[in-house]
Order: sequence, then structure tokens, then C-alpha cells
Amino acid sequence: MTETSLSQPFVGPAAGRAPLRLLAVCIGFAALVAAPMFFYPIFVMKILCFALFASAFNLLLGYTGLLSFGHAAFFGGAAYVTAHAVKVWGFPPELAVLAGVLGAIVIGAVIGFLAIRRQGIYFAMITLALSQMFYFFCLQAPFTGGEDGIQGVQRGKLLGFIDLGQTMNMYYFVLGIFLLGIFAIWRIVNSPFGAILKSIRENETRAISLGLSVNAYKLSAFVMSAAIAGLAGSTKALIFQFATLTDVTWQMSGEVILMTLMGGIGTLLGPVVGAGLVVTLQNVLATSEFPVTVITGATFMLCVLTFRRGIVGEIEAAIVRWKRR
Amino acid sequence: MTVAVLPFGDAHVEKPRAVLSARGLSKTFGGFQAVRNVDLDVHHARVHALIGPNGAGKTTVFNLLTKFIPSTAGTISLDGADITRTAPAKVARMGLVRSFQISATFPQMTLLENVRVALQRPNGQAVQFWRSLGSLRNLDRQALELLERVGLQDMRHRLASDLSYGRKRALEIATTLALDPRVLLLDEPLAGMGQEDVSVMAGLISEVAKDRAVLMVEHNLKVVSEICHDVTVLQRGEILTTGDYETVSNDPRVRAAYMGNEDA
Repeated sequence: MTETSLSQPFVGPAAGRAPLRLLAVCIGFAALVAAPMFFYPIFVMKILCFALFASAFNLLLGYTGLLSFGHAAFFGGAAYVTAHAVKVWGFPPELAVLAGVLGAIVIGAVIGFLAIRRQGIYFAMITLALSQMFYFFCLQAPFTGGEDGIQGVQRGKLLGFIDLGQTMNMYYFVLGIFLLGIFAIWRIVNSPFGAILKSIRENETRAISLGLSVNAYKLSAFVMSAAIAGLAGSTKALIFQFATLTDVTWQMSGEVILMTLMGGIGTLLGPVVGAGLVVTLQNVLATSEFPVTVITGATFMLCVLTFRRGIVGEIEAAIVRWKRR
Repeated sequence: MTVAVLPFGDAHVEKPRAVLSARGLSKTFGGFQAVRNVDLDVHHARVHALIGPNGAGKTTVFNLLTKFIPSTAGTISLDGADITRTAPAKVARMGLVRSFQISATFPQMTLLENVRVALQRPNGQAVQFWRSLGSLRNLDRQALELLERVGLQDMRHRLASDLSYGRKRALEIATTLALDPRVLLLDEPLAGMGQEDVSVMAGLISEVAKDRAVLMVEHNLKVVSEICHDVTVLQRGEILTTGDYETVSNDPRVRAAYMGNEDA
């Protein structure tokens, strides 16, 4: 604990680290721009997609304190809407993604409205139950293609002239969406609204006593998280050119929790690192005879037992400890 | 200050208006009657103490008045408006704001952020998810003034979790005052404070009560005798007596309740 002087600026102690952060952001951006030259672009795009999905989930769990067990409904639901919009309605990719996000917002508003009245494990169970209902809807609805899903979705031309059929064009489109989504999350977390969310997470009863209608704030955060998860799902439908039941299963909801916890909840980079780790494990072990889920599960257990704050969470805590010395 | 002129015998005396009123307030948990038929009037510009032995139902009355728990029977009105079925957050927005027995702060936020969060909604700065945190800087001066009132301005960048118990209570009062409430409900505001801080805080409560009603649960009877205009004694969920400190403290039933001896 350090003494603070009266002359210290109100913006707080973080102000002095701004140039260092800017440098880190620039290096990260450069690495992402160059990544497809060193790695298989589809693999990196998949990581970016799941990183955005996990970050959207983290907005709810890490910054609002709500554990949703049904985020696959937004991710997979948006993928279906985007795939349908391209294939049946002939939408261009940018509008198809937008339609997917709007679909996720609608699903998020309905599930959120019903679930937000309960807390803790009851909230998680309601989101799980409603997302399972959505899974069965997707299984039975005529336009989703049942167990086959919607296949052969054309990527189309962005703004009418950028051919997303070319992998590198598609990569930079996905990168743009990823950065936009991450920026949106960063903005929400570091905004007046984000400060209110933090207060609700820290002490909900106190927040109510200060006149805050906490359910309205929670529902707003829920819908925002659903929208960004939907953005990730829509993008995934365009990358892989299909939307299937896999994306709306409860296992997908579980996977995103795993990614977020492994990376570190409540940190901006944690879910990105967690998603990178899980997707890489899945990719590397895809050809192995050993079941991927066992390895992922074991890694998760190792993470929880050895560093509970997650990878990025532990690194951040170590930096704080080092600075306090 | 609005006053109602009430007849008192042949003469007319001015009595401050009752801002918060409860009639026949009752609460039953299962088969246990925690609060029974409580009538209470909290007046503008007066400090009203709610005292009684442990388990008398003081905090339950607080929770009923602020709507944190629903009452089984009775009515509550705030400035004439019936709030018996109003949601707790709305009651707070109407100007009835409380503190908690176990200090309620936002532990992983700095002191400045704690107070600023309370200032955000009244200033229309609670929903902007597209603006930066820097846009809240216009609230810093007001937040700092509130921290100064409770003597915490030098610690404004510390986390609330780093504070001692007594200082957390002071922070909670600063946060509560940020809403500029019409009625302030303080649940044991002086608990855990050192003697020096108790005097400062008692002075602050007296000062803020000049233009608002204050209802406080407090065990420090010395402070109650010094700053409270009205005292209500609760015992086993029922009102034993109400009056000024002198009258109440000389009531043999009150003495018996505190001493646990009917002959005391």
C-alpha cells in the first residue's frame, strides 16, 4: 500500500503506463497482421473467432459477475442467421454478419429477460435450459437443415468488390471484426456504464441501495455480450462456410467457459490467450489417437489447481506484487 | 424547510413534517414474528434513533422501511407517497437511502470510484457505454468534497478493501451522502470507530441532519443522547416507547429491557 499525494492526478496511478501500453498494443497489432504469413490462416482465423467469443463471455462473467451456461445459443444462433441470410436471402457478407448479430441480440434479450431474475447457480441453470431449448429448436426448424446444418455458404464480396473467397482477404476481414469486437468490449468495460457494472459485481445490494436498477444493467450487459458472441458466430459461419448444430450445443457453452477460465476472467487478454490455447490444443491433437477432450480437461484441471486466476490473471497479479515491493 | 402547523393544546407549535412514516408495520419469518405493529414517524431536520437490545428487530425495521424485505402487514409512506410496494432501487431514487450494518463498499474500487459510482446516476452518467471513464472526471471534485467531509480525501486512490473497518463506515456515509437523500437511514454508523472518529462522525450526522431526516440504529447511547432528537426503543419486535432521550432513558421498562431485570 502506498501513500498518495494530494497533487496526484484524479485519473489514477495507471496514467503513467500509457506509452508502455500503446507500445504493447502496436506490437500485438503487428503480430496479428503478420500472423497468416507464418501460420495457416484458417487456423488463426478460428483462434480469432473463439477469442472474440470468449471475450464476449468474459464481458458477462468477468466484468458483470454473471455465469451464463448458454452462450452457445448466441454464437450458434448468429451463425445460422448469417448462413441463412447469405444462402437464402443472398445478403452480402457485411449485411449477413449484421443480421447474425441482430439475431443474437434478439435471442439474448429473450434468454436474458427470463434468466436475469435469478442469481448464481439458478441463473446459470436457466441459461443452460433455455439454450438447450434453442438447440432442439435448431434441430427441428426447417431452415436450419437439421443435423446437416447449412452447408456451402458463399463468403461473397465485401462491400461488393473485395472477394472474401481469397483467404488473405478473408483473414483481414476477420481481423477487422475481431479488433472491432475487442475494442467494443474494452470501451464498454472502461466506460461510465462499465463502472456501474463493476459496482454491481462488487456489491449488488449496495448498488441497489444507491438507486441502481441492477436488473436493467445486467440485462443490458447480457445483451451486449450476446451481440458480440453473435458477431463471433457469424464470422465463424463465413470462415468455415457452414453453420451446424455443433455451435449451439451445451458443449460449446462449456468450451467458452473453459477458455475464459484458463486465460483469466476479468482480464481483457485472458480469454484471447485461453481461446488460443484451447484451439491450438484441439488442432495439434486432432490427428492424435488420444481424445482431445481428455487433454483439454487435464490442462483445465492443471490451470485451476496451479493458477486459479488463469494464465493472464496470474501474470497480472505477479506484476502487481513486483511493483508493490 | 417546510413545516406543518399542528394544534397542541390551546397553543400552536411548529413541528417539522414527518418525511417517513410507518403504520402497523409487521414482519413474520415462518412462524416467528420479527416485527410487530410498528408505528414510526421520522421528521425532517431531526435525528431519530432506533435503539434496543440485540435481536430487537432494529435491522429488520430498516430492511422493511427501505424495501429490502417485503412487509407482512402495514404501510410505509415517504413524503405522503405510499411506498409499501415500491422496489428498493426506486425508493432510493425517491430519496430514502440507507447504509448497512456490515459496511457496504465496493472493495476492489478506489475510494474516489466508490463515491463517484454513487454520483453517476443522479448526474445522468450511468448508462454511457460508448464514452471513456475520463468523462466522469467532472464528478471528481464533488466526490473529493464528500471524501473530505469524512476525512478520507488523502486516501482517495486506495482500494476500499485496504481500509480499516471504521474508515469503511466513513466511506459508506460519504457514498450515501452523494445521493443527497431526503431521508438517511444509518445502521450502526459508529460501530468499529475509534473515539476520535466517533466524535467527528457524530458531528457530521448532526450537520447533515440540518436539511434532511436521519434515522439511525445505534448502540452508543452517549452519542444518541447528544445528537438524537427522538428515540424509539424496540424490544422483541415491538415499540416499547418513543420520546426524547431524557424521557426514554428514565422509563423503567427501557431500563428493564437493557438490564434484563424487571426491577432495574
